[in-house]
Amino acid sequence: MCLSIPSKVVEIDKEQNVATVDTMGIKRDASLDLMEDGDVKIGDYVLLHIGFIMNKIDEEDALASIDTYKEIISLMDEEEKQKAILEADECENRTL
Amino acid sequence: MGLELKNLYDDFRNADTIKAYQKIINEDAKGLTKPINIMEVCGGHTHTIMKYGIPQLLPNNINFIHGPGCPVCIMPKERIDHAYMLSMEEDVILVTLGDMIKVPGSNGSLQDARSKGADVRFVYSPMECLKIASENQDKKIIFFAIGFETTTPMTAALLDVVVKKGIKNIFFHINHVTVPEAMSLLISDENSKIDAFLGPSHVSVISGSKIYEEFPRDYNKPVVVSGFEPVDVMQSISMIVKQFIENRCELEIEYNRLVSHDGNIKAQNLNEKYFEQRSHFRWRGLGDIPKSALKLKDEYKEYDAEVIYKEILLSETIDDHKLCICGDILKGLANPPECSIFGTACKPSSPVGSCMVSSEGACAAYYKYGNLI
Repeated sequence: MCLSIPSKVVEIDKEQNVATVDTMGIKRDASLDLMEDGDVKIGDYVLLHIGFIMNKIDEEDALASIDTYKEIISLMDEEEKQKAILEADECENRTL
Repeated sequence: MGLELKNLYDDFRNADTIKAYQKIINEDAKGLTKPINIMEVCGGHTHTIMKYGIPQLLPNNINFIHGPGCPVCIMPKERIDHAYMLSMEEDVILVTLGDMIKVPGSNGSLQDARSKGADVRFVYSPMECLKIASENQDKKIIFFAIGFETTTPMTAALLDVVVKKGIKNIFFHINHVTVPEAMSLLISDENSKIDAFLGPSHVSVISGSKIYEEFPRDYNKPVVVSGFEPVDVMQSISMIVKQFIENRCELEIEYNRLVSHDGNIKAQNLNEKYFEQRSHFRWRGLGDIPKSALKLKDEYKEYDAEVIYKEILLSETIDDHKLCICGDILKGLANPPECSIFGTACKPSSPVGSCMVSSEGACAAYYKYGNLI
């Protein structure tokens, strides 16, 4: 019901106050009636819900989140590596 | 590197990220002095939690309480009956969103009304009413409006067009409900086990995170407004756990790519122009909640189907089936499998109670993704 879909704006019809958006390859029209005039531009990422654009997706915040995720994964990988080295050091059957 | 549409899907569903958060949460949770129960208020979150098996990723001292779910689940039978009765009127085309197709009232669902010859149309967007109205000038189009704050401004936007263009054959039956009042009711229940909330996010895209300020302030319950993707949910759980171990109690936004403190002001203004609070609204499974729903303002009563059809719309309340324990499930006092009719007399194809009605209800999610816990 309240699930909405991230989409990219590919066209704007100022006359009708409608944007054409691309949702993973599917194109459809969405009303701009809930957005301030001129706020939505071609190339923007938006959230689409029952035929309306609800809001723009903040590109910087999205990228910052994605960077954070990459960072915690690499930290975890690093930790795993360190752990593996320690475990190897403690291995009794080591043959040098 | 710029943002691609693919990032918005893939990077928020990435298995490695989910695993990384699992590790962080499991480590942090060792510092919890007591188990915590997190209520995910929104059915979209319930769906994600069940679909991705999130409960199995978490330690035993973090539990979920599934909340009221969705506007379809909480729609009381008497309101469904209104839609049914309106659709049976000779000159009426009843229009509503697809979610309403199979929700049973006391006479049956809107699908049943259709099979009896009623003209009921399920649309993707309220704006489709404009086309239906212009193609059927001799009919009265009644839009049966449902939804939380997420969907309310879309109804207001349609009414705005109707008023400005002077369209004479579109009317509204308003069932928009508001989330914070239901959260207050749940948290005020003396049996409540809720320790923190996963805040509905698309509600906040419209209303801002400000609508949840009272929960940390007045009830001492942390709220994290979370996106719907599994990584969003894991990150939000991690934020909640950190609040507990750091002895904080705050309103935080995980979903900052879309949610701000103030929300979409233009949408809020549209709502304020056309709607006002109802003094009372009965939620299926939860009962009466004061000021938890909206109605059209008196000055727009010429568009209000509830006013126009007052004579034929019953005002008495209709209770749910006696065996159904949806009320307890919504309050977090029971889980779906504890219900005696779960999966037998009550299943998605023939729902008895509200939590099975919509795919976003707790029972429907348990039914679909298996009783995992």
